[in-house]
Amino acid sequence: MAVTNPMPTPTPEPYDGLAPTETSYGRMVLRRFLRNRMAIVGAIILLILILISVFAPVITSATLGWGRDEIDIRYIRAAPSARHPLGTDSAGRDNLTRLLYGGRVSLAIALGSVAVYMVMGIAIGAVAGYFGGWVDNVLMRLVDIIQSFPFLMFALTIVAIRGPSVSNLVFAIVFLSWPVPARLVRGEFLSLRERDFIEAARAMGVSGFRMIQRHLLPNAMAPLIVNATLEVAGIILSEAGLSYLGFGVSQPVPTWGNMLSEANNMAVLQTKPWTWLPPGLMIFLTVLSINFIGDGLRDALDPRLKQ
Amino acid sequence: MGRYLMRRLLQTIPILLGVSIVVFIIIHSAPGDPYAYLFGPRVDPTLRARLMEEMGFNDPLPVQYIRWFTTTISGNLGYSIRTQEPVIDMMARALPRTLLLTGSSFLLGLAIAIPIGVISATRQYSLLDYAATTFAFMGISLPSFFAALLAVYFFAVKLPVFPMNGIHTPGGGGFWDVLHHLALPAITLGLRDMASYARFTRSSMLEVLRQDYVRTARAKGVAERIVIYKHAFRNGLIPVITLLGFSLPGLFGGAVIIEQVFTFPGMGLLTFEAVNNRDYSVLMATNMFFALLVIVGNLIADILYAVADPRIRYA
Repeated sequence: MAVTNPMPTPTPEPYDGLAPTETSYGRMVLRRFLRNRMAIVGAIILLILILISVFAPVITSATLGWGRDEIDIRYIRAAPSARHPLGTDSAGRDNLTRLLYGGRVSLAIALGSVAVYMVMGIAIGAVAGYFGGWVDNVLMRLVDIIQSFPFLMFALTIVAIRGPSVSNLVFAIVFLSWPVPARLVRGEFLSLRERDFIEAARAMGVSGFRMIQRHLLPNAMAPLIVNATLEVAGIILSEAGLSYLGFGVSQPVPTWGNMLSEANNMAVLQTKPWTWLPPGLMIFLTVLSINFIGDGLRDALDPRLKQ
Repeated sequence: MGRYLMRRLLQTIPILLGVSIVVFIIIHSAPGDPYAYLFGPRVDPTLRARLMEEMGFNDPLPVQYIRWFTTTISGNLGYSIRTQEPVIDMMARALPRTLLLTGSSFLLGLAIAIPIGVISATRQYSLLDYAATTFAFMGISLPSFFAALLAVYFFAVKLPVFPMNGIHTPGGGGFWDVLHHLALPAITLGLRDMASYARFTRSSMLEVLRQDYVRTARAKGVAERIVIYKHAFRNGLIPVITLLGFSLPGLFGGAVIIEQVFTFPGMGLLTFEAVNNRDYSVLMATNMFFALLVIVGNLIADILYAVADPRIRYA
C-alpha cells in the first residue's frame, strides 16, 4: 500500500502585504535597495561604465578602428569630425577611443586599492577595538599621525619621491587611507563590546579570533560596506587629481585624469573643450553613480544609519 | 576645562613626533642623488664626496633625523636645493595666500551651506529639500580641478568676468582686485565641502528638532520661527564646529590642485613646483607644516567644541 501524504500540499497564497513572511536579511536588503530609484540608476550607469571599460578594445576596434595609442599624424589636436568624433589630443591620438579605455585603469586602481586597505584597516581596527588598552592606544596614535597629512599633498609627495608609477600610486593611497576603516571598525567594536549577545558569547568561552570573526565583525559589516563604496568614489577622484597633475598614471596609458591634463595648455582649455570636457564628465558620472549606490546601500543595510 | 586643555595639548606631542618621523622616512626613501643640482657636473668627485661626508650625508638615519629635527625646531628650515633661497622665506610668502584661499573657501562654504541645511531640515521632503540633496550629491561628485577648469572656461574665457589666474593684477592691486582674483579658486575649492556641510547641517538639525526641549518649546506656544532659529539652531550648530577639523586636510590637499590650475602662488603651488624639481628641503618643510596646521586646526576645533558642549570635557 502506497503511503499517501497525510498533508495536502499547500497552495502558495499571494502575499497580501500584511502577513509576516519569512525573509532573510539579504533579501530584505535587496528589496530595500531596489526601492531606491537613485541607487538603481547609479547601479545601471556604473554597470554600463564597467562593461564599456572591460570591452573597450572590442568596442573601439569594431566601430572607430583606432588603436588606443595609435597616432594619426596629420590630425594633431583636430576638431571633432567623422574620422575622430571627439577630435584628437596633442599627440594625434583619437580622443573617443582613449575615453573608452580611460575607465579601465581608474576603476581598477580604485577597486584594487580600496580592497587592499579595507582588509588592512579592518584587521588593524579589529585588533585595536578587541584588545583595547595600550594596543588600542598605540594603533590609534598611528591613525592620528597618518590622518594629520592632507591626502592629496602627501600622496603627491610620496608618488613624486618614489617615482610616478601605478604601484607607487597604490602604495600612497593605501598608506594614507587605511586609518578610515580602522577607525570605523574600532568604534563599532567598542560599542558592540557592551552588548548582551557579546557578553553571552564571552560567557560561553568564545574569545580571540573566533570572537572577532564570528560575532563582532559580521555586526560591524553594514557601515563598512557603505564606507567602502563611498571610498571607491573618493579614490577615483584622488587618482584623477594626481593623474591630472602628472603624478598618477603616466602616458601613454589613458585615464580620465591624465586626459584632462591636456587642459593645462591654455589654447586647448580655451578653444578645444571637446578634448577635456568628456573625460571630466566621465569622472563626474562615475563618482556620482557610486555615491548614489553608497547612499542606497546605507538605507538598505541599516535604516538607522539614514541621515 | 584647564585639565581637558592640558590633556589635549599633551596628546599632540607624540603625534607631532610621529608626523616628523613619517615625513623624514618618506623623503629619505627617494632613489638617486638629491644633491646632484647642488654641485653640478664639473665638481671634482673626491671633493664632492668629502663635502657630502662633512654635511653628514653618510651618517646613520636616526642621527640625521635628530639633526634635522633639532635644526627645524630652532626655526632653520634649510635652503631650497633649486633656488638656494631660505625655505622659511618661501613659506612666509606663500602661506598667507593659501590661508586666505582656504579660509575664504571654508567661510564661503559655511555661509552657503548652513542656510541650505537648515531650510532642508525644517522642510524635510519638500521640493527644496530634494533640490538641496541633489545639489549636495553633485557637489561631492565633481572633481575640484574639473570644476576649476569649467569655471575658467565659462567665467574667464567665454564670459570674461573673472581673471584667469594669479593673485592680483601684475604691478599691484588693492583689496577688491585680490578678491576678484580669489573668487573662482575659492568657490571651486569650497564646492565639495559646501555640499557636505549642507548635508551635515541638515542631519544635525533634524536630530535636534526631534529633541524633547524642542517639543516643549512648541508645546508652550513659542512661535515656530523662534523654536527653529533660537532653540534648535544654536544646538544644531554645535556639531558643525567639528567640520573645521574634518575639512582642513581636504582643503589644504585640494589647494595643491586648485592653485596649480589658477597659478595661485601659495603653498600648494610651492609644493607642486618642489615636487617637479625634487626640491627635498621644501617638500619636507611644506608637508611637515601642513600636518602641523591640521593638528592645530583639530586642537582648536576640539577646544571650541568643549566650550560649546560641556559634556565633552568629562567624557
